[in-house]
Amino acid sequence: MNTSEGHALPAEAGSAPPGPAVPTAKDNRHARARRRPDVRNLSLLGVLAALVLVGALTKPEQFLSVQNLQLVLTQASVIGVVTVGVTFVIIGGGIDLSVGAMVALATVWATTVATQQYGLGGILLCSLLVALGCGLVNGLLVSFGGMVPFIATLAMLASARGLALQISQGGTQVVSVEPVLALGRRDAYLFGIPPIVLVFAVVTAAGWLLLNRTTFGRRTVAVGGNPEAARLAGIDVRRQRLLLYLLSGLCCGIAALLLIVLTGSGQNTNGNLYELDAIAAAIIGGTLLSGGRGTITGSVLGVLVFTTITNLFALNNLETAVQQIAKGAIIVAAVLVQKGRKS
Amino acid sequence: MAPAHRPAPPPPAAHEPAGPLLTMTGITKSFPGVRALDGVDLDVVAGEVHCLLGQNGAGKSTLIKVLAGAHQPDGGTIRWRGETVSLKSPIAAMRLGIATIYQELDLVEHMSVAENVFLGHERATGGFIRTGEARERTAELLARLGHPEIDPGTLVGRLSAAGQQIASMARALSHDVRLIVMDEPSAALDPDEVDNLFRIVAALTASGVAVVYISHRLEEIRRIGDRVTVLKDGRTAARGLDAHATPTRDIVALMTGRDVEYVFPERRAATVHQAANGLLAPVLSVEGLAREGEFGPVDFRLRPGEILGLAGLVGSGRSEILETVYGARRPTAGRVLVDGRPLRPGSVTAAVRAGLGLAPEERKSQALLLLESVSRNVSLSSLPHFARAGWLNRPAERAGTLAATRGLSLRPDDPDRPVRTLSGGNQQKAVLARWLLRGCRVLLLDEPTRGVDVGARAELYALIRRLADDGVAVLLVSSEVPEVLGLADRVLVLREGRVVHEGEAAALDEHRVLDLVMSDGPGPVPVPASGRPATDKASATDKTSATRKTSAPEDTSAPTPRGDRP
Repeated sequence: MNTSEGHALPAEAGSAPPGPAVPTAKDNRHARARRRPDVRNLSLLGVLAALVLVGALTKPEQFLSVQNLQLVLTQASVIGVVTVGVTFVIIGGGIDLSVGAMVALATVWATTVATQQYGLGGILLCSLLVALGCGLVNGLLVSFGGMVPFIATLAMLASARGLALQISQGGTQVVSVEPVLALGRRDAYLFGIPPIVLVFAVVTAAGWLLLNRTTFGRRTVAVGGNPEAARLAGIDVRRQRLLLYLLSGLCCGIAALLLIVLTGSGQNTNGNLYELDAIAAAIIGGTLLSGGRGTITGSVLGVLVFTTITNLFALNNLETAVQQIAKGAIIVAAVLVQKGRKS
Repeated sequence: MAPAHRPAPPPPAAHEPAGPLLTMTGITKSFPGVRALDGVDLDVVAGEVHCLLGQNGAGKSTLIKVLAGAHQPDGGTIRWRGETVSLKSPIAAMRLGIATIYQELDLVEHMSVAENVFLGHERATGGFIRTGEARERTAELLARLGHPEIDPGTLVGRLSAAGQQIASMARALSHDVRLIVMDEPSAALDPDEVDNLFRIVAALTASGVAVVYISHRLEEIRRIGDRVTVLKDGRTAARGLDAHATPTRDIVALMTGRDVEYVFPERRAATVHQAANGLLAPVLSVEGLAREGEFGPVDFRLRPGEILGLAGLVGSGRSEILETVYGARRPTAGRVLVDGRPLRPGSVTAAVRAGLGLAPEERKSQALLLLESVSRNVSLSSLPHFARAGWLNRPAERAGTLAATRGLSLRPDDPDRPVRTLSGGNQQKAVLARWLLRGCRVLLLDEPTRGVDVGARAELYALIRRLADDGVAVLLVSSEVPEVLGLADRVLVLREGRVVHEGEAAALDEHRVLDLVMSDGPGPVPVPASGRPATDKASATDKTSATRKTSAPEDTSAPTPRGDRP
């Protein structure tokens, strides 16, 4: 087959005019943007660079220290892992409001005295299974119960938090399993990188590959972008949705483990408002709330932007109130910039 | 184009000024890839029922949306009571007194009838709605419409289709309305409800209101119409025809006569012959398939290399049959077999696995991922073929999609281009490429050339024929009769969910099919039968077939005084 623009037509096709599909400058711009979707994250990278610059100028010695970088990345890790899962759910046309509650329940359940008997393996398995179980319930309610994702996961938010309170009785469950605590200590760092951050990096890489290199990722985009078209193309939409909520649950289980290692404890107030932070990070990272478009890179950059802001404000002794206002402004600005680029 | 003969305006309604109420001249409107209106003229006088006729795609819907202020025309002038106006928004049209009752009723289901009627112009004092007054006014309007039994407080969602239509009309009348556009108002109604509708229309016109009435049913137009405007391919084919005296034959000819002749590829005689004689085993068998309220039991078989066309009007169950065969709708009776093995009912996944593929009617909303590239759209149904353990082999995927799109000469030849920037014809090719890549054996095509411009159509026809020649069985649904007749080997004619005729496409012509799908019950033309006994399978419901055989198809100039309905 000829590869040039004016390739050979089948004999029957005749000489039909090329129609209105003649590329325009605007279309070409779109085409290029599609070919390299990560280009859209450049502006977010710019924001991050600007924040680092501000940090370097206002508190040069504190902000750029190794300890501070380790701190920022560690803080970004827990919410970052959650955001990867939420990004998948949103690209797939859903929403998961229960992530914070799932993290809380998993940390509490995995740190009960009974679970701690089984050591590191027990905590690990328990955390993952609890969160996966919640994700399964979410997925079943949405896919087969026909519930609106917002409602189903809102219900999960309430019940999982309630169950976490029930189990912990509102107290902090201190972890006494030595291998778990060891993972959080400085001497467990690998070339100066905390294990928690490594997990975050692995989850990010796995998420990126899953979205961009597998059938699962393609189906996620299809189901979120146009569920009817996906269904008529022969994709099992319900199964895909179920898997997406399971994935979100899995990410929450991993995040809960990171939190246990980080704090050496489990409590029912863990993961408070994670759902909003994760959704906000995904949105400023370019994920469409209506589904069908989004990137893991963008979401992770979104998380880093938010964490860096928090860090900057803390270093400069500014109130959390101001910090929250700044977060809100960034969300609005990011969405407006994206809207402007689209039209 | 027939010269527009202007009859004397019908009996003037008492207080209206002489002269037309509405004059639209040279209205044009284009959408990406399609010229929907290409110079439409329409004039309506007060107190008349003006019927708008035309096949699907003739531009009726676009025209009434222009009239309702929902679409802005690209060119042409609109004069309203002698003054040039521009209908910038639905509100602007409403203020002038133009109300539109859409086929898809635009009511808020979770609000009461009264709330719907006064939606957007609520009776309020200081922001507080005067609920009692709204209900009283609504009750009056409902009584005027012959339905005093509807409680203004009922939620619209609980009303029947007919009740909702009444509510929609009450809303139109709640404004100071001078022109009501009704888009196929009778489509969802029972016969006695249609009678009530006609009483309402008569009462409205008696009070000086003009009605623009859209219907596919010629006999309705005979009953209530005053004048007829016929649209064809986005142009006014004739305007101001007498709704009673113009022979059916002329109207049909105006609706179907074409400036552009479609070019259809030649049928391969051998395949048709083999298929007709049952030499090839059917790949698809449909047995007694039915969905309550949509279509009755339908039986047919489809052999490899054969194109079977389903012809019928909107609402005749064409698309529903196609979607039920495909598993997108669950049948209430009957079954679908591929290679003799029954498909799991209501499962698209099972149908696709068995080798079926659907190119749906609404390409953009039902087939394409508009944000995605051509390549990703094409590979969507074949992902497992390019993956090992879920891991995509992207070079293989790219090569496969490229081969499929090049085989269909999809332009531009760039698999990374977003599919939404393609023309309608090339978007359709992307959908076909999807199934080609999948190795699909039964292709279900629903309105394959909708939104495709004329040049690209011929190319699509050639492609579809080539696919059939390569052994794909094609089930084709189209509201354009010439398309079905030109492309299909065999045709099923549907009317209100039933097959009224089955036969070879070559033995049918457009007029004959339109007669079959439009006439109600016994044949409309009491011309003595030519003696040929009806031998078709569906002869029981096909009483017109023999009688219409003799009518000359192309003569539009001399309206011979033939038997039309009284």
